[in-house]
Amino acid sequence: MNRSPRFTSAARPAAKPMLTVDAIHTFYGESHILQGVSLTVKEGEVVVLLGRNGAGKTTTMRSIMNLTPPRRGRISFISRDITGRPPYQIARLGLAFVPSGRRVFSSLNVEQNLRLAARSDGASGTTRTTAYVFRLFPKLAELKTRRAGFLSGGEQQMLKLGSALLANPKLLLLDEPSEGLSPAIVGSLGEWIRTLREEGLSILLSEQNALFALRLADRGYILEKGRVQHEAPARELFDSNEVRTYLGVKFPQSA
Amino acid sequence: MSVDSLVVELLSAMTTAGSLFIIAAGLTLVFGAMRIANIAHGSFYMYGAFLVSSIVSSFGGTAFWFSLAVAPMIVAAIGIVVEVTVLRRVYDKDHLTQLLATYALFLILADLGLRFWGAQSRAVPAPAILSGSVRLGVASFPIYDLFVVGAAIAVGASLWALLRFTLLGWRILAAVEDAEMLAAKGTNVRLLYTTVFALGAFLAGFGGAVIAPLQSIDTGLDASIIVAAFIVVVIGGLGSVAGAAVGAVIVGLFEALGILWTPSWAPAYIYLAMIVVLQLRPSGLFGAAETT
Repeated sequence: MNRSPRFTSAARPAAKPMLTVDAIHTFYGESHILQGVSLTVKEGEVVVLLGRNGAGKTTTMRSIMNLTPPRRGRISFISRDITGRPPYQIARLGLAFVPSGRRVFSSLNVEQNLRLAARSDGASGTTRTTAYVFRLFPKLAELKTRRAGFLSGGEQQMLKLGSALLANPKLLLLDEPSEGLSPAIVGSLGEWIRTLREEGLSILLSEQNALFALRLADRGYILEKGRVQHEAPARELFDSNEVRTYLGVKFPQSA
Repeated sequence: MSVDSLVVELLSAMTTAGSLFIIAAGLTLVFGAMRIANIAHGSFYMYGAFLVSSIVSSFGGTAFWFSLAVAPMIVAAIGIVVEVTVLRRVYDKDHLTQLLATYALFLILADLGLRFWGAQSRAVPAPAILSGSVRLGVASFPIYDLFVVGAAIAVGASLWALLRFTLLGWRILAAVEDAEMLAAKGTNVRLLYTTVFALGAFLAGFGGAVIAPLQSIDTGLDASIIVAAFIVVVIGGLGSVAGAAVGAVIVGLFEALGILWTPSWAPAYIYLAMIVVLQLRPSGLFGAAETT
């Protein structure tokens, strides 16, 4: 797949901010991981968080869900202050967190994993059902009764995405989705994310694989040592020599 | 030894196993979900038995059936109070703090029990329909023993169905594995823990209620049962309900055969069983190795 990236136009200027993270500071014990991170995701926007390992991408995601509560700063979601709220309430407001790695409930089967996550959302127009998930991931329909612990990495990724979608979220938080996946699966992952963005779902995505992520995103933030170093439309980040050197990734020139 | 006396001994072993399983199932469920070894589980068992004796002595023998349902519910309510006021605060503490907390609860509940029911031991008559023996094939069996075994099978089947077919059951299994992810998916894990604890207390209370007509009920019941229940759970593997069933059968058999062969050594047999199992499988028969 060496075609040049299909950048979509940046989010409509009129779009309302959906998630606003305002100068959060997060610690693990005494180490000061996030040092005043601010970012926004607007309605219908796909935003990527880029940065090296340890830059604070996962911590940002965990702070938004309040799994690792920030000590300072505020977070609001659909104009509601969610700072310090218990994670389950944040999830019920419409934020779905898809962690990296193999975090599925391995003792439950595929169907149980999905039904456990399912939540209908009266407010949102699109209700994603099990049928929808099986259409997006036909493989999961075949594996319904398979224990999640016995799935391959790619299948687990489908299950994680599928169960997050069944919660009918307004915003999807995808933490390093491409990590540990084979290149072929990463290709499909890109297609799935593209499908979701076309359906109008807002997505905040963290990635080490900048080449992969910038092709999917409207906008990007570059995190370094717990601070936002740079924020720009994805296309700009893609073409910036500075960013390329900084991220240490070899990009093909987009022509 | 004649065949029929062996068969009778086996049923007696299964009766012990049945009552142990009902108690151990609650203990292992609570441990699996919250990683807490609840010593006060023995107190809940004792309260179940005492409550049955109170209800039967106030309302007469026919109230036994009613008490079988009500006593465990009262114990579950006590469990909810205990979880919300004490245990909830120690889930994220180290094992020693947790152990001290549940041991303190054990002592407090023992004293409250003594104040409420007194030091005199009590007896509960079995309802007429469950009294006496029934002749089956070569031997005659006490009907109440068959009832205990039946109750244990019913508890086992209900727990199996709960964990396999219901959302609550899946949530419990998911919490055992990854409580944080479960919360991030919108489950109120705190409420789930209270529910699991209430269920555990209910089972302990039910175990005590079922066993009430079989033994004299006094204030030492809590301590004697909790040791046996822990041995069952350790043999079966902490957190595993199926393990608790197998562990209960092993302990029941060892105890019964011990009494049959060398009565003075009988209590040592169940410890021996535990040592042998832990030598072969350090995490118990159905236990998964600790990963953290």
